[in-house]
Amino acid sequence: MSVAALGPRRTRALPSTNKKGGLVHPSEIDWVIMGVYFAFVLGIGFTLRRYMKTSTDYFLSGRSIPAWVAGLAFLSANLGAQEVIGMAASGAKYGMATSHFYWVGAIPAMVFLGVFMMPFYYGSQARSVPEYLKMRFDEKTRGLNAISFATMTVFSSGVSMYAMGLLLNLLLGWDFDTSVWLSAAIVLGYILLGGLTSAIYNEVLQFFLIVAGFAPLVFLGLKDLGGWQGLTERLTHVATSQGFASRAWSSTWSQMGHAASNPMGVEWFGVVMGLGFVLSFGYWCTDFLVVQRAMAAHSMSAARRVPLIAAIPKMLFPFLVIVPGMIAIASSMQMGASGFALPHKADGTLNYDLSIPMMLSHYFPHGMLGLGLTALLASFMSGMAGNVTAFNTVWTYDIYQAYIHRGASDHHYLNMGRVATVFGIALSVAAAYVANHFNNIMDMLQLLFAFVNAPLFATFLLGMFWKRATGHGAFAGLLSGTAAAALHQALTLPRGSLVGIKGGWLAVLHLYPSEMAQNFWTAISAFTVCLTVTVGVSLVTRPRPEKELVGLVYSLTPRPSEAGRPWYARPAALGAAVLTVTLLLNFAFW
Amino acid sequence: GLDIRTPLGVMFTILGLLLTGFGLLSDPAIYARSLGIHINLWWGLVLLAFGAVMLGLGWR
Repeated sequence: MSVAALGPRRTRALPSTNKKGGLVHPSEIDWVIMGVYFAFVLGIGFTLRRYMKTSTDYFLSGRSIPAWVAGLAFLSANLGAQEVIGMAASGAKYGMATSHFYWVGAIPAMVFLGVFMMPFYYGSQARSVPEYLKMRFDEKTRGLNAISFATMTVFSSGVSMYAMGLLLNLLLGWDFDTSVWLSAAIVLGYILLGGLTSAIYNEVLQFFLIVAGFAPLVFLGLKDLGGWQGLTERLTHVATSQGFASRAWSSTWSQMGHAASNPMGVEWFGVVMGLGFVLSFGYWCTDFLVVQRAMAAHSMSAARRVPLIAAIPKMLFPFLVIVPGMIAIASSMQMGASGFALPHKADGTLNYDLSIPMMLSHYFPHGMLGLGLTALLASFMSGMAGNVTAFNTVWTYDIYQAYIHRGASDHHYLNMGRVATVFGIALSVAAAYVANHFNNIMDMLQLLFAFVNAPLFATFLLGMFWKRATGHGAFAGLLSGTAAAALHQALTLPRGSLVGIKGGWLAVLHLYPSEMAQNFWTAISAFTVCLTVTVGVSLVTRPRPEKELVGLVYSLTPRPSEAGRPWYARPAALGAAVLTVTLLLNFAFW
Repeated sequence: GLDIRTPLGVMFTILGLLLTGFGLLSDPAIYARSLGIHINLWWGLVLLAFGAVMLGLGWR
């Protein structure tokens, strides 16, 4: 589950059934464009099928992928439903401050992963993140991480399918069953045939399609409002009409002094520590879904550059996915020349979740409409495929090979990977139906996953940078961090929420100004407890001999040499350049 | 064994040709919703150029 998913649950605002036909009516040219994309997606799977000879080919692309390809896949695997629909909705709801999820909540962590952590992931020859935990700590720590991660990826994939089913029902009038089974069949087809390579190659296709489909939308939306100046003038009206300072929707930091002075309801410390450190490092540096793309690179140097290359388009993505939401809310408050406005929900409030779908429908003629819809479908499918490839690898290497059937032939594990792809997709479909019928269950599961994820980065940080950390310490730290996250949730509540899934189930000792603020502080609590307990338990248990930790711990591992390479091919220099540009973007939109 | 730039180039060339062709053949009235900009034609040419560059790189 990505950091972006920590906003309010997104899929509720989409009507659950629409039997009258969709909001948009594609013509033949639109269907042809969608058909071309699906033909290429499956064609790549068929082409790559003959190269899948070993389990390393299937699960890790034979560690043969160029840095730029893996970098775009690294970014695209995270471009699921929450990113495209959710970030545009957040752009409408919170304005430019939503870019904190990129410029604070992603880029620094991606740079840290490339510069400091990839040497251990790649150099240790671990085939997955849980396997690294086994090599660094012990079997029980790996087992805890592998089982929770495998469960989480299947449910995340199911939630993505569920959201797509609702959206296609709303846009095209397709029934839920058709949407879910069709998307499942296409993703199954290309992953089953070509494994991780097929997923990575298709993620590159999806990246360029998403840019091609949404960039003209931003251009037309801004032109409709009279450019960036016209947008900011209207956003002033949006802010003041809701009781905030005039720049609350068009600035990133100027209103972050107090939680009450910005629409996100969070203060700067919560953003920097909760989002910028604990949550973002916990996701980008430890989530196998994205790290797997870097592990597939053809060399150590390439693997280190993967997240840094991904960070370059990532820092510009707010203009592609957040600005449309800002255009939508600005147009709805004061219409532009073309009269675009967001529709209202049943309770009379604006439906932010429809920002991008409604803009596609409003601004794009037939032809471009097909391209925009294809981009939307591509974003859903890349998120699903990322989860499925991560699941089949962790299942095969960290659960099946570790606990069910050791010592079988490589061909056996290759076949098990294909079987895992089939039942991973089947479980995702089941999760989509569970979400459709029991939305509260999915909310509870997502909350549980947030508790499990929150302390993870503390474990990896100590594992990689403190040779004294032990397996008992890591295991106790993870469990206590998860318990601390649950306890924090049980004792706090966002203002205006009812006691229940939003918190306060034991007692309400503290009210947060927003759900986001509560999420950030839950993560900070979990991280702090995990770090403290891991250190405490490690100090009273026996560490592993230093010779076993070479290649796994910073102080015991020779630094990879990048001498003789141009600056842009050296991770430290490239990382510094990326951070500098990100800092400048923060100042430009202060 | 497969350079991603080749299928990427072929796909975007086809999409560019489809959009440009449709842009040339369709009634200009459909562009009322895109603020009068012949977006199919212009964006189709951009995609066509991108596809050609990718094809060239993949071929090389």
